[in-house]
Amino acid sequence: MSTPTLDKHSAALDAAENTASHAIKVTFRIRRFNPEVSEEASWQDFELDIDPKERVLDALHKIKWEQDGTLTFRRSCAHGICGSDAMRINGKNRLACKTLIKDINPQKPITVEAIKGLTVLKDLVVDMEPFFQAYRDVMPFLITKGNEPTRERLQTAEDRERFDDTTKCILCAACTSSCPVFWNDGQYFGPAAIVNAHRFIFDSRDEGGEQRLEILNDKDGVWRCRTTFNCTDACPRGIEVTKAIQEVKRALITRRF
Amino acid sequence: MKIHKYDTVIVGAGGAGMRAAIESTKRSRTAVLTKLYPTRSHTGAAQGGMAAALANVEEDNWEWHTFDTIKGGDYLVDQDAAEILAKEAIDSVLDLEKMGLPFNRTPNGTIDQRRFGGHSRNHGEAPVRRSCYASDRTGHMILQTLYQNCVKEGVEFFNEFYVLDLLLTDVDGVKKSSGVVAYELATGEIHVFQAKSIIFASGGTGKFFKVTSNAHTLTGDGQAAAWRRGLPLEDMEFFQFHPTGIWRMGILLTEGARGEGGILRNKDGERFMEKYAPVMKDLASRDVVSRSIYTEIREGRGCGPEGDHVYLDLTHLPPEQLDAKLPDITEFARTYLGIEPYTDPIPIQPTAHYAMGGIPTNVEGEVLADNTTVVPGLYAAGEVACVSVHGANRLGTNSLLDINVFGRRAGIAAAEYSADHDFVELPEDPAQKVVDQVERLRNSTGTERVTELRQELQECMDANVMVFRTEQTIKTAVEKIGELRERYLNVSVQDKGKRFNTDLLEAIELGNLLDLAEVMAVSALARKESRGGHYREDFPNRDDVNFMRHTMAYREVGADGKESIRLDYKPVVQTRYQPMERKY
Ligand SMILES: Cc1cc2nc3c(=O)[nH]c(=O)nc-3n(C[C@H](O)[C@H](O)[C@H](O)COP(=O)(O)OP(=O)(O)OC[C@H]3O[C@@H](n4cnc5c(N)ncnc54)[C@H](O)[C@@H]3O)c2cc1C
Ligand code: SF4
Ligand code: FES
Repeated sequence: MSTPTLDKHSAALDAAENTASHAIKVTFRIRRFNPEVSEEASWQDFELDIDPKERVLDALHKIKWEQDGTLTFRRSCAHGICGSDAMRINGKNRLACKTLIKDINPQKPITVEAIKGLTVLKDLVVDMEPFFQAYRDVMPFLITKGNEPTRERLQTAEDRERFDDTTKCILCAACTSSCPVFWNDGQYFGPAAIVNAHRFIFDSRDEGGEQRLEILNDKDGVWRCRTTFNCTDACPRGIEVTKAIQEVKRALITRRF
Repeated sequence: MKIHKYDTVIVGAGGAGMRAAIESTKRSRTAVLTKLYPTRSHTGAAQGGMAAALANVEEDNWEWHTFDTIKGGDYLVDQDAAEILAKEAIDSVLDLEKMGLPFNRTPNGTIDQRRFGGHSRNHGEAPVRRSCYASDRTGHMILQTLYQNCVKEGVEFFNEFYVLDLLLTDVDGVKKSSGVVAYELATGEIHVFQAKSIIFASGGTGKFFKVTSNAHTLTGDGQAAAWRRGLPLEDMEFFQFHPTGIWRMGILLTEGARGEGGILRNKDGERFMEKYAPVMKDLASRDVVSRSIYTEIREGRGCGPEGDHVYLDLTHLPPEQLDAKLPDITEFARTYLGIEPYTDPIPIQPTAHYAMGGIPTNVEGEVLADNTTVVPGLYAAGEVACVSVHGANRLGTNSLLDINVFGRRAGIAAAEYSADHDFVELPEDPAQKVVDQVERLRNSTGTERVTELRQELQECMDANVMVFRTEQTIKTAVEKIGELRERYLNVSVQDKGKRFNTDLLEAIELGNLLDLAEVMAVSALARKESRGGHYREDFPNRDDVNFMRHTMAYREVGADGKESIRLDYKPVVQTRYQPMERKY
């Protein structure tokens, strides 16, 4: 009756269960900035011994806790759920807590810097306000007309599935801060705001689609997107960001959603 | 120092804080102070679901839910509160749906429900489908939906403001709450918020354990602030250890995985829960499953070279089901362990998960200064509070429910209080204590390091006051915590700046953890029985004669300035359910 788990003991599992920690020497090259100390940003190298199966966030903690308490970054959940720690790691936007050191070639120095396009306030901390403002501007809440039903609104499983992908967003800004259009013009709403507009536009319960589409039809709206796919590559939640933007564009033309 | 004046101030923007804010913003001028951006709160990590007897997929009713909650809590639950929780659950879920929450749906379009540990049909007959869920990211969807509605209502947030002190003012011999003191992360500036009513919704305190599902930021700041101002903490010995954390990392794999049919196995592939809980098996309540896992490990049936974990086996479930119902947790296994859950079982171990105890409140969310007296104007809701609806052990899906039901209640009650009352004068030099604390740490040249003390604390807690406790292990912990508290006086930080000084705040957070760890250990030492999450090997049975009562811990400061902890007790409210032996 019971599945014999031992037969299923695979190589992957053996590797995972290999308890001996194999610490290796890794260099982290971190972009430092603290206007209390200097107006100039600079690179600083930190060397440490760490198991490559650990997260980049673990390495940053190890540096902060054991070498330099002034190193500053945001973090909370440590497993890719809260969206605090998007940063540029080896030139790509990622969550530090979702990136294992072994997966980013620890033989060479690993570069870590703040995400681009938002003002750096200290080390890896950026000003998130413009990002959240763009989000708030797309009216990211369910808009309905008429009387509320006493029970729940009905929605078919298919209708629910229609916008499932964009409900996963954790507002980490990895997408928006990887977008060349956003780098050049901070007025552009950016992919994350459009993703969150998509989440409501394609929700069968929502009746604010027209209003939201008008906002996105603005000169700083969806039409600025150049379909470079950086955002989709950057999204730690695996959201098809570019596809969502395309769907919003199509809805603008056809007014069907 | 800046002084602000609001009718209502809410500390925390997780589920409880934002649910409260939606109500209180409609009724009073409200500020929400939060150390994290609202959407970073740990409510977003909750996976499994939110309980409500909607009866959408099978027969169910709130009375059964009440019973399960009380039984799950090993009868330490206040039964009047549990009844409110179960009754208001239904509207609470429907409210979220109306706010836009994308629940999974049944074929006829209603909210879908699934099984969860300890939730049963007709008083324990069989598991029931009561958990309303949105894939395995229910907490994420609750947090997003509440934030979205805060945006809609125009709730005023002060993001990255750390509340470090609660202000109480003596008015004719009555202690009333008059405000809070906050530290602004970006600038290092100290702010005083004067308010007619204050709601603490600052979440849990799991970071005093090493293996935990809790975020780095869950450091019990709210509990510690109340504690240091002489308010009691209730039932702090009760902490929940969730059976299925990722081995060594503690990242949670929802009980929903077992709700979907996942099975726990030991190194022989045996489904060992059949031995310990013949009816509910893998879905027995969490304390029971966690102890069973450790019993297997101790008796040599653990997995891996060190025999220190067991498996969560999902391999018999169709990949489509895993993709549809458990996409996030299967991805955790892939990302952090390099394991493919379609084909490989996942190594797990119990992980420190949830504080049943906290700041005592009544069912309106009013904070209690002792067994009966309320602190006028002060409220608490969510994991920081102890109502007590969870008693000695919280049922899965009852906390997302708790934050919504009691967050809403506290939000309404606090705003109504603000409407009816005037500001209470602030005490003299309201920010003095915080200024002193911050300056002392910033200027200290002490030799102790935060990271070392924290690590020693966490290791001590894991070793001595986790799933199994004895008089001896708890005494070891009390002693060690005492030593760490001494050494903490000599702690220093490297970052002396004002801007985003997270080094300094980690030191303050450690101070909170140390105080609360001591309360937990001292409360646990005195409870010479086993009940729910508190298991004493030297007293393995529940003792209703001596311990059917809540622990109330008080901080006392002697004439010589020495601190000590005094324990008192509070009766459990029992209405219709007589305590029975708990079997699953
Ligand atoms: C991994 C995981 C999975 C879970 N799954 C479930 C589940 O499926 N079902 C269920 O019912 N329960 C679940 N729980 C439990 C439940 O999620 C939590 O108990 C609940 O979300 C706590 O909500 P809260 O609002 O009280 O606190 P949190 O969401 O933790 O929010 C705390 C807030 O307080 C703020 N704060 C903290 N300290 C300060 C300070 N000093 N100053 C200012 N602000 C401060 C923070 O910024 C944050 O906004 C789970 C818990 C975890 C850890
Ligand atoms: S779409 Fe993805 S990358 Fe962009 S903010 Fe949301 S989660 Fe982050
Ligand atoms: S710390 Fe939460 S996403 Fe990385």
